Amino acid sequence: MRPARHLEQLRSAIRAIESPGLATVPTGIPALDAALPGGGWPTGCFHEVAGLDGTAPGFAAWAATLLPAGPVLWVGERPDLAGAGLEALGLDPARLILARAGRAVDILWCMEEGLRTRGLAGVIGELQWIDLTAGRRLQLAAAAGATTGLLLSVLKSGAEPPSGHSAAVTRWHIEPAPSRLSWGWRANLMRARGGAPASFHLEWDHATDRLRLAAELEHRPAMPETARLAG
Amino acid sequence: MVEAANAVAASLGLTHGLGLADARALVPELKSAEADPAADARLLADLADWCGRYSPWTADAGIVRGEGAIWIDATGSTHLFGGEEQMLADLVGRLQGFGFSVRAALGATPGAAWAFARHLPGAEHGLAVPEAETRRRLAALPVRALRLSDAAVADLERYGLYRIGDMAGIARAPLAARLGTAPMSRLDQAFGRLREPVQPRRPVPKHRTRIAFPEPIGTREALAATLNRLLGELSAQLEREGLGARRVEVAAYRADGAVRRLPVGLAAPSRDPTHLERLLDQHLDKLDIAAGVEIVTLSAPETERIRPVQLALEAEGPARERAAPPPLVDRLVGRLGTANVLRHAPQASHVPERAEAWLPFLAPAPTPASAAKPRRRDRPVRLLSRPERVTAVSTPPHEPPNQFTWRGQVHKVARAQGPERIAPEWWRGAGEDRDYYRVEDKDGRRFWLYRDGPFGQNSPDWYLHGFFA
Repeated sequence: MRPARHLEQLRSAIRAIESPGLATVPTGIPALDAALPGGGWPTGCFHEVAGLDGTAPGFAAWAATLLPAGPVLWVGERPDLAGAGLEALGLDPARLILARAGRAVDILWCMEEGLRTRGLAGVIGELQWIDLTAGRRLQLAAAAGATTGLLLSVLKSGAEPPSGHSAAVTRWHIEPAPSRLSWGWRANLMRARGGAPASFHLEWDHATDRLRLAAELEHRPAMPETARLAG
Repeated sequence: MVEAANAVAASLGLTHGLGLADARALVPELKSAEADPAADARLLADLADWCGRYSPWTADAGIVRGEGAIWIDATGSTHLFGGEEQMLADLVGRLQGFGFSVRAALGATPGAAWAFARHLPGAEHGLAVPEAETRRRLAALPVRALRLSDAAVADLERYGLYRIGDMAGIARAPLAARLGTAPMSRLDQAFGRLREPVQPRRPVPKHRTRIAFPEPIGTREALAATLNRLLGELSAQLEREGLGARRVEVAAYRADGAVRRLPVGLAAPSRDPTHLERLLDQHLDKLDIAAGVEIVTLSAPETERIRPVQLALEAEGPARERAAPPPLVDRLVGRLGTANVLRHAPQASHVPERAEAWLPFLAPAPTPASAAKPRRRDRPVRLLSRPERVTAVSTPPHEPPNQFTWRGQVHKVARAQGPERIAPEWWRGAGEDRDYYRVEDKDGRRFWLYRDGPFGQNSPDWYLHGFFA
C-alpha cells in the first residue's frame, strides 16, 4: 500500500521502545533538562516529589506551571493552599480544582480519575506513600489521559524521603536551601527512568520571576548569616 | 373517642366519633390504641409516594374521619398495567398485602372517584367507572359523597336534597345564598364542570422514563443495565429539546413498599448517557435493592439549555485555561461530596485567612473579584487553616525571634523579615493586631510567624501561620 508510511510508523514505534518515548516540556533550566529523561520535564506520566511542607508543595506548584494550559487537580487530606503563594510561583489559583479527601483510597481514586481526564493539565495528589501497584495504576491512567501526575509526599522534619521501587518516571527530594540573594531549593533527582541521579541548587530569580540554577552565583559572596532584612 | 376503626369493628357499630366508654360498652373485648395523627399523616404521605409507581401525579388527600385518602391521576398511565381494571386490582391487591383496608375507584374526575371509592359497592376490589356512566352513577349517591362537611350535608338534607341527583335541577343562586358556595362547587368538581387538578406531592419532571419488571430485580448488574436503557431514552428526550440535565433522579420502587430515591447534581448540564451512567453508578448501592425492585423511574427534575460553548472543551484562551471539565467535577463531587471539591475565590479582605476562600465548585459563581489585586510575593504557599502556637525566644521581645520551637523541633532563625502589621477587621469585633515575620531557619526552611497581641508585651504569643515554598 504505502510502504513509506508504514516504514515511518515502524520507525516511530522503534523510537518509542528505544528511547524513553516520553513527551516532554522544557523546564527553562538547561542543566535540569539535560538530566531529565527525554531532555525535559516528562508529561503524560507521573512523578514523585517528597519534601518538607512548603518546600515540596512549592516545587509541585512550580512543576505544574511547566505543563500545558488547563485546569490542575490538587487532592489531599487538608490541602490548605494559599492562592497568593501559588500565584507568586506562577500558578494561577483559578486553574485549580481542589479536592479534599480523608482516606488514601479516595485520594488515589481522585488522582486516577483526574489523570484519565483529557484536557486536564495535571494532577497533584498529597499522599505519604503508595505501593507499586497503585503507582502502576497512576502511570497507566496518566498515559491514558496524556495527563501529568505528581505524587506529593509532605515529610515531617527529620523524616527520610521514600526509597525503593516506584512506577514513577522521576522521583525528587526537595530540600530548602539557605537564601543567598534569593530563596532557593536543593532539588535532588533521586531516580530518573533512563537517567542518573543528580542534584541541583535552584534559586528564584526575582528579576525575571523564574527559577534558575544557582550555580552561576556560586562565587559571589553569600549574604552574611546574621543579616536581618529591614521590613 | 374512636378515631378510626377497622372493618370488623365497623361491622359491630364502632364508628368514628364514638366515645371510648360507649365503645367498650358495645364491645367489652375491644382492643384500642392511642391515635398518633402525625404518624398517620407520615404513613399516608409514604403511601402516596409509593403510589408513584402508578403515576407521577399522586397526592395524599389527608385523613378525614379516620380514613386516609390518596389521589392518583392515572391519565395516560393505565395502559402500563394492561388497563384500568388491572391497574386497580394491582393497587388494591398490593395495599391489602401491606395490611390496609382499601377501597379504590377510578372516575372521570377526582370528585367522582372520591364518591365512588367511598359509596359504591365493589370499590373494595377496585372499581373503574366508565366516563359514560359517571353522571348516572353519581346522581344516585347521597349528597355526603360530595366531600362536604357534616353541617353542609345536614343543611342540604333540610332542604330535601338527599341524593346528588336532587341537586341537579336546583336554582344555584338561592342555594349558594343560604348554604355558601361549597356544595355547588363540589358538585361542579364531581361532574367535571370545574377543574380540579391533582397537586402532586412532588413536582413532576417533564423529562422522565420508567421501567416495570414482571419479576422484581435484586442485583446491581440488572439495575445498571436498566439504567443504561433508561438513560438512553432520557437522553433522547433531552436531545430533542436541546436540553441537558442539571439534576437526575432515580427512584426505585421496592417490593417491600419502600421508595428509594437517588438524586445526583451536575456541574454543567449534560445529556451524555455515558457520563450520567458513571455518575449514578457511584451511588447505586444507596438504593439498597437487595429486597427486590419492581419499578425504576429515571427523571431529570432540573434541566438547562446546553450552549454549544460548553461542548467545546477544546476552546482556546483563558476560558480553556480555567474551565474544569464538568464530568470530572461531577465524579469528584459524587465521591467526596459537594463541600470537598473546591475552587479558588479571592475575597475582599486584607486579613490573610480571609483574603481568599476555597468555595464549593458547584456553588453559584461569586461576582468576580472587583479589581485585580496586586500580586503578593511575600505570601506562603501553604496557609494553616488554624495557626499553630510556637514557643519563641526573642530578645528584645519586640524583635523577631532568635529561635522557636514548633512541634518539639527547635528552629534557629538565620534570617527574618518584618514586621508586617495586619490589623483585625474592626467590623468583625474582637482581635488583636498581628505582626507577621517571614523567618528562615538555618536549613533554609521558611516560615510565616506572627506575634499576637499588643506590641511591647513582655511574653508575647507566637504562632506559625504558614510555610513558604
